[in-house]
Amino acid sequence: MSTESELQARTRVSGQIVFVGAALLVSLVLLSQIPSQTVWIEDAKSFAAQPRFWPAVAIVTMVVTFGLNFWLMKRRRPARADWAEARRWLEPLEYAVWFMVYVFAVPWIGFLPMSIAFAAALTWRLGYRSALYIWLAVAFAVGTVILFKGILGVKIPGAALYELLPDAVRSFALQYL
Amino acid sequence: MDVFFAALDVLARWDVMLALVVGSIGGVAIGAIPGVGPAVAIAILLPATFSMDPIVGLTMLLGIYGSSMYGGAIPAILINTPGTAVNALTTYDGFPMTLRGEGRRALSLAYSASFFGGIFSVLCLILLSPVLAKVAPMFGSREIFLAALLGIVLVVTAHKGQMLVAAALSAFGILLSTVGLEPVKYTRRFTFEQTWLASGVDLIVVVLGLFALSQAFLLLTMDDEKIRTPKSRGSLFQGFRELMRHPRVAGISASFGVLMGMIPGVGEFTAQFMSYTSARKLSKSPEAFGHGSSEGLIASETANNAVPAAAMIPLLALGIPGEALTAMMLSVFYVHNVVPGPGLFLYQMDFVVALYLALLILNVLVVGFLLVSTGALVKLTQIPNRFLGMCILLLSFVGVYSIRNSAVDCAIAAVFGLFGYVLKRLNLPIVPIVLGMVLGNIMEVKLRAAMNRVNTPWDFIDRPIAFVLFVLILLIVGSTAWKTWRDWTPADRRSLARKSSARFAKRISGRQTRHFDDRLKIQRRKRTYDHLGS
Repeated sequence: MSTESELQARTRVSGQIVFVGAALLVSLVLLSQIPSQTVWIEDAKSFAAQPRFWPAVAIVTMVVTFGLNFWLMKRRRPARADWAEARRWLEPLEYAVWFMVYVFAVPWIGFLPMSIAFAAALTWRLGYRSALYIWLAVAFAVGTVILFKGILGVKIPGAALYELLPDAVRSFALQYL
Repeated sequence: MDVFFAALDVLARWDVMLALVVGSIGGVAIGAIPGVGPAVAIAILLPATFSMDPIVGLTMLLGIYGSSMYGGAIPAILINTPGTAVNALTTYDGFPMTLRGEGRRALSLAYSASFFGGIFSVLCLILLSPVLAKVAPMFGSREIFLAALLGIVLVVTAHKGQMLVAAALSAFGILLSTVGLEPVKYTRRFTFEQTWLASGVDLIVVVLGLFALSQAFLLLTMDDEKIRTPKSRGSLFQGFRELMRHPRVAGISASFGVLMGMIPGVGEFTAQFMSYTSARKLSKSPEAFGHGSSEGLIASETANNAVPAAAMIPLLALGIPGEALTAMMLSVFYVHNVVPGPGLFLYQMDFVVALYLALLILNVLVVGFLLVSTGALVKLTQIPNRFLGMCILLLSFVGVYSIRNSAVDCAIAAVFGLFGYVLKRLNLPIVPIVLGMVLGNIMEVKLRAAMNRVNTPWDFIDRPIAFVLFVLILLIVGSTAWKTWRDWTPADRRSLARKSSARFAKRISGRQTRHFDDRLKIQRRKRTYDHLGS
């Protein structure tokens, strides 16, 4: 086998039809929205200055390329394996929910406490239930907070919960934790 | 000479040197962990660098970019899993050497080849600077538009076997860049009456979603692998001596790296592939390639490490990123009001030379670090996948939330993370989306500016550089269309089944079962990591 054919990236066969079909459908919906979502200006200096020009170029390319891909596929109906693969795409939804809960909780509970809770809880959920892994997760969370907020000073606001702390600790917590 | 001393002055600050050390050591460590890669690390660290001086932030990111491929060679050689996507070819010859008990020799060769590639490309960059300073101002709006278009064309044609999807995803990236208020007439485009879409879709949010969050999701849904690092013998210094016996392979591979790095949209993978193929053609023992050939290892590692410095050429001279990592760096330039392009060479040459010198220093730092820390870095390959996924998820929050403390940004990043997950599951490329976003914006602005001075279509290409770029685009599109037409196979019929059955019959005839198992693992890992981190 030649190196070229070995190195060529291969699209996974199962699930491909679901993806291409869905992408084509979305592209067609977007194409139908061009008149309402973009504006045609009468006194534009050139065609390239039309606000509609580039979205139209992009969407037409999407429709043509996804359409060609769909048309060139021999099997245009999803089989059981395709749906099984599509179901796997839903698996990370759980972790996306974990992520969003963490996002919404940080402004209330605080970057440090929430990071520790998030890291420890998710580590436990992932099946690493020994004390070693939980402590490693806690250490990683603390290290992240110290590095990014304490040292690099990234903009993550203090939490509502920190307002309840005594004066001496509060300003420190708001700035560094 | 004055520029050189001015550049040294820019670098001679404790924070710049610290950023360089942290970036290069961090880059090696990140590269050594399969499943993280420089794209994830740079995406996460981007917002953190916004509060730094441009030179400090860029030095740190350059450190990660330039050094991750050194680290990526470690798991590629020892456990047959490329640390970064561009170390894929290193597994071909590195891992068979490890199986023969020559892991340290392979590592040493990889380090020395990478060092040679890195230094060669920085020297080329320095030597080319005067030429670039003269040529860059000759690029007006139409030339930059055509160069960006060439980048899009090349990024599509570089994805052989997936060109239609790559074109569609590039177009999706261009569409994303148009969302929000357009800058001339301030009309809304694809905002669907949503105020949070009026300011557009932030590139960094998309990048963090597509690279970091999708990678976290992928790792979180993976099983952990038991990793066994075989024992090996040899000195870590012997590779430097061995490299000197193959000056032709190293020179040609480094030249391919520089050339491919300079062309937008091509990047490390093509450079590595071309240098590997040419090294095999020129070799006296081509049959050894893929079975632990030192020349093969030198070719792949020299080429991929020559690319980062060369990829800075289109970025600095024209403001056009060649691949996803330089696209991310472009946003750091913009955040600090440093506009890459011809003006940078004319008015901030000291800054440009300082970046070159930083690249030079980082190569020396990395090799020194690797020679003393390889043993410890090997342990990083053993971090369990799902635990690593948790760490990336936590760091991704810092990356997205610190941009403007917006939960909406986090939600958008999560959506792109899920989209990136699907793309990675299907082994479809992510880079075209990012390049489409960046180059789409450049093309829109430059084409609008160029059309103001164009009366007839011929006026667009009446200047030499514009004409050459136009002809190049036509040639590439024409030749690719012809080749594709000739060799077309339906997209869902590119199954490995036929090839696999032939290989199966060949392998079981008189071979040992153990060898068969190893080869199976090789195939599985290759497929899993095809687009990883790319």
